[in-house]
Amino acid sequence: MTTKDYDRNVVLSTQNDFKVVGTRPVRHDGVDKVTGRAIYGADYDASGLLHGKILRSPHAHAKILSIDTSKAEALDGVQAVVTAADFPETADKTMELGEDETKLRDLRGNILAKDKVLYVGHAIAGVAASNPHVAEEALSLIEIKYEVLPSVMTTDEAMADGAPILHEDQTTEELGNDSGIVSNVAKHFQHIKGDVAEGFKQAEVIVEREYNTVTVHQGYIAPHNGTAFWSADGRLHIWCETQGSFVVRDSLADLLDIPVSMIRVTPTEIGGGFGGKIPIYVEPVAALLSKKTGTPVKIVMSRKETFEGSGPTPGSKIKIKVGATSDGKITAAHAWMAMEAGAYAGSPVGAAAQCVFAAYDLENGLIDGFDVVVNKPKTAAYRAPGSPNAAFGFEQALNELAEKLGMDPIDLRLKNVATEGTRRVDGPVFQRIGAKEVLEAMREHPHYQSEKKSGSGRGVAIGFWFNIGFDSACNIALNKDGTVNLTEGSTDIGGSRTSIAMQAAEVLGISAEDVRPSVVDTDTVGFTAVTGGSRTTFATGWAAYEAAQDVKKQCIERAASIWDVNAENLQMEDGVISSKSDSELKMTLKELGAQLSDTGGGITGRASVKPRGVGGSFCGNIVDLSIDEETGKITIERFTAIQDAGKAIHPSYVEGQMQGGSAQGIGWALNEEYFMNDEGRMTNSSLLDYRMPTALDLPMIDTVIVEVANPGHPFGVRGVGEANIVPPTPAIANAVYDSSGNRITQLPMSPVAILEAFKS
Amino acid sequence: MTTKTHVQTTINGEPVDFLCEPRQSLLECLRDVIGLTGTKEGCNDGNCGACTVNIDGRIVTSCLVLGVEAQGASIETIEGIADGTNLHPIQLAFLEGAALQCGICTPGFIVATKALLEKNPDPTEHEIRFWLANNLCRCTGYDKIVRAVQEAAKKMQEA
Amino acid sequence: MALVFIPSQMQALTNGQARVEVEGTNVKQIIENLDKLHSGFINRLLDEGNLKPSISIAVDGDIITMGLIEKVHPNSEVHFLPAISGGN
Repeated sequence: MTTKDYDRNVVLSTQNDFKVVGTRPVRHDGVDKVTGRAIYGADYDASGLLHGKILRSPHAHAKILSIDTSKAEALDGVQAVVTAADFPETADKTMELGEDETKLRDLRGNILAKDKVLYVGHAIAGVAASNPHVAEEALSLIEIKYEVLPSVMTTDEAMADGAPILHEDQTTEELGNDSGIVSNVAKHFQHIKGDVAEGFKQAEVIVEREYNTVTVHQGYIAPHNGTAFWSADGRLHIWCETQGSFVVRDSLADLLDIPVSMIRVTPTEIGGGFGGKIPIYVEPVAALLSKKTGTPVKIVMSRKETFEGSGPTPGSKIKIKVGATSDGKITAAHAWMAMEAGAYAGSPVGAAAQCVFAAYDLENGLIDGFDVVVNKPKTAAYRAPGSPNAAFGFEQALNELAEKLGMDPIDLRLKNVATEGTRRVDGPVFQRIGAKEVLEAMREHPHYQSEKKSGSGRGVAIGFWFNIGFDSACNIALNKDGTVNLTEGSTDIGGSRTSIAMQAAEVLGISAEDVRPSVVDTDTVGFTAVTGGSRTTFATGWAAYEAAQDVKKQCIERAASIWDVNAENLQMEDGVISSKSDSELKMTLKELGAQLSDTGGGITGRASVKPRGVGGSFCGNIVDLSIDEETGKITIERFTAIQDAGKAIHPSYVEGQMQGGSAQGIGWALNEEYFMNDEGRMTNSSLLDYRMPTALDLPMIDTVIVEVANPGHPFGVRGVGEANIVPPTPAIANAVYDSSGNRITQLPMSPVAILEAFKS
Repeated sequence: MTTKTHVQTTINGEPVDFLCEPRQSLLECLRDVIGLTGTKEGCNDGNCGACTVNIDGRIVTSCLVLGVEAQGASIETIEGIADGTNLHPIQLAFLEGAALQCGICTPGFIVATKALLEKNPDPTEHEIRFWLANNLCRCTGYDKIVRAVQEAAKKMQEA
Repeated sequence: MALVFIPSQMQALTNGQARVEVEGTNVKQIIENLDKLHSGFINRLLDEGNLKPSISIAVDGDIITMGLIEKVHPNSEVHFLPAISGGN
């Protein structure tokens, strides 16, 4: 059984001499997921399980004067109540969370507020009770006295003179120096290449514009959840949906001040993440409640809590200035970007700064980034964090420039495209990348070559995201029948078990079905960083490759002992070990497996890797749309996503990433936003009012997988999870302009916003 | 503690009795009382479709039905779709079409699709998209789901 | 000597110099020797002798994986970058 190949999904392959890599086997965990048998975090059950609920702030900014939990504790069925006072007191330190760093004090403060609440939805206390309804009743009995403070909701408000201050001890880091000025601006940094002032002097055409985006959410379907059991011997076991079980483990060790070896985290199946399930929220509260009660405690967030109390991606203000000579050579570009970090410092503006000009070879570039705290939930990663905000600005400015120059927008991009050897504005030099190949595939695509339907508009844009390397581990054990069991620690959000197993199968010369992959807990496999940063198929796949090489080497050595020949004379291909000189000497893996025990014992391969040679991935979109002038509603008529995958291990799931990222980008472009009222409360915290795309809102999403092999990976893999969410917002804005002559500089382009724009 | 009500139902063809509080939803009863966790909760207010089940031939979001309302009803959940170890053609089509990524929405989509194809064995793409508009998927962009439904319809008509 | 690119936020330490030539065969030596030329870099890049988690270092375009013991060649380029990851 293999998965289908559709003619509207094209793979432009450069390397096809693989047997397993590039094929489409059915995923190993598929049957459990189509029969309802797969266990997700909220499905976990344990003997004596208690249910936890969390009390959250109704105020955007307030001092906590007192917390009285006595009435809640007295309610029948309530087993324990915890607050920030139940956390141990330890010295502050900087923590590495696998995606960004945070201060231990800030992480504790976000999980349970201590002296101050900083956003509506900020957690304050946790209750464990015999059932969730009793726990909810108990929340209403907790009495808190607040002193409400004025709040700031946007970067403009937060950066204004005299703005209410979130953190009295936060001073702005101004170009690397502590300015000593107390402010909501945590940091201002710059990247400079060349001389932009000189570059703009040479420009014959200049475009300058400001763009704004608002807070949006990852929108995973399963809310955050976690079950904790703190046993009498001090061992803490967590079952939860997380993108990084080892991040949960290590963060809990710091938060709770207990040794890492005392914590075991079992990652359950995960109902979506997109970056939002890297940070931890409910797990430490469940742990504290379990410590008090001696029984397992499960906490599952509601949808409203997920919107208000997890980590969305920021609203932002982006100012772009770009100039070019009349033949389309960009002479200078400046990006000024301020992003909302939420309640604690750490917005994705640093990443945005490294992405905004990544596709282009600029002689003169300047990037200013501002990390700004506001009274909203602390932002978390969301698919290529920061890059879509930046692209919404720069990729629109480029189309405007192309129009002024009378150039095709793809030709303008190709004229300035970054290639191997291009020095980025943030400093390093690109190795082999596929930006040019993606743009060429866009220009040649039948969609771009076709006539537009009358009345519709067409737009293009491209976007960039990195791959990160980071640590991954993998074990492979050879079974007596020649099949293998593979264990790894990367949460499987979208079929990565299979793409990892396929890389081991390729090395061993066996089928993907003969590899049985399992995602295991933190006691069972070596340290593995988050499923994030487009790294899983790249880095954990690499660990599987190395572990399989280890198995292969041991198989050859074992066969050499059995035959009493020199191992150097043996080879292993297609799952058969044979002699290079004696055609009589042949043994299948199955035959070897059967005699392992009698010839010295089992064979287990293992690898822990931290790969370098990470490549980035570019994705381009071509979009056709029409606008209903009466209602302002935009209909996406045709959508094509073109992305460099390096080498697509499992093309169906690469297409799936491209289609899913496109759909999220379309939602971000057209409808999604946090509506905040004057009190700083989100007024649309349901999936009815926070309007994510449904099946009816979208057309089929055509894909082209471009393969510009990453020379740094054994199979040429580039991570493909993220770059695909970057181009939709500017591509759609460019199509709106093409259709109507209106340049939309504010997201989302909802019917109301379109009607407003058309009026003015 | 609230008084519990005795509810008699048929679930996936088998008689099932359970006790529930008046405030418990059918979703909560299925998952926490009966132990059928294949039906998922994404929003608890009827907007995501992850908890879709079939009651007496109609698909409903089980978070919006009270457990006590299920008295006398015949309920089909994701656990009842396959015939033993033989997967239903819709389940096969989802597997072969790579129509799931994280898989949390998949049970709801499969239950909803089965009801669609029983009503309309040869739906157009628009009819499929319209029918499935109450089931949110955040991973796939729906492309491969719609194709899997088309494939399942074809297979079921051929059978 | 290796060519070290100084990010603008650290150029106050080098009197505005964007590139500095530094001796050293690994990252630790580069940082120590840079600090000898322009005092303050150890403080900015290291925390109790370890690389700060907020900093990534790239040598010849690759984000390094061996930390302070990463080899640096005589004509290598060394960059200090903010650490980055992503969301999927």
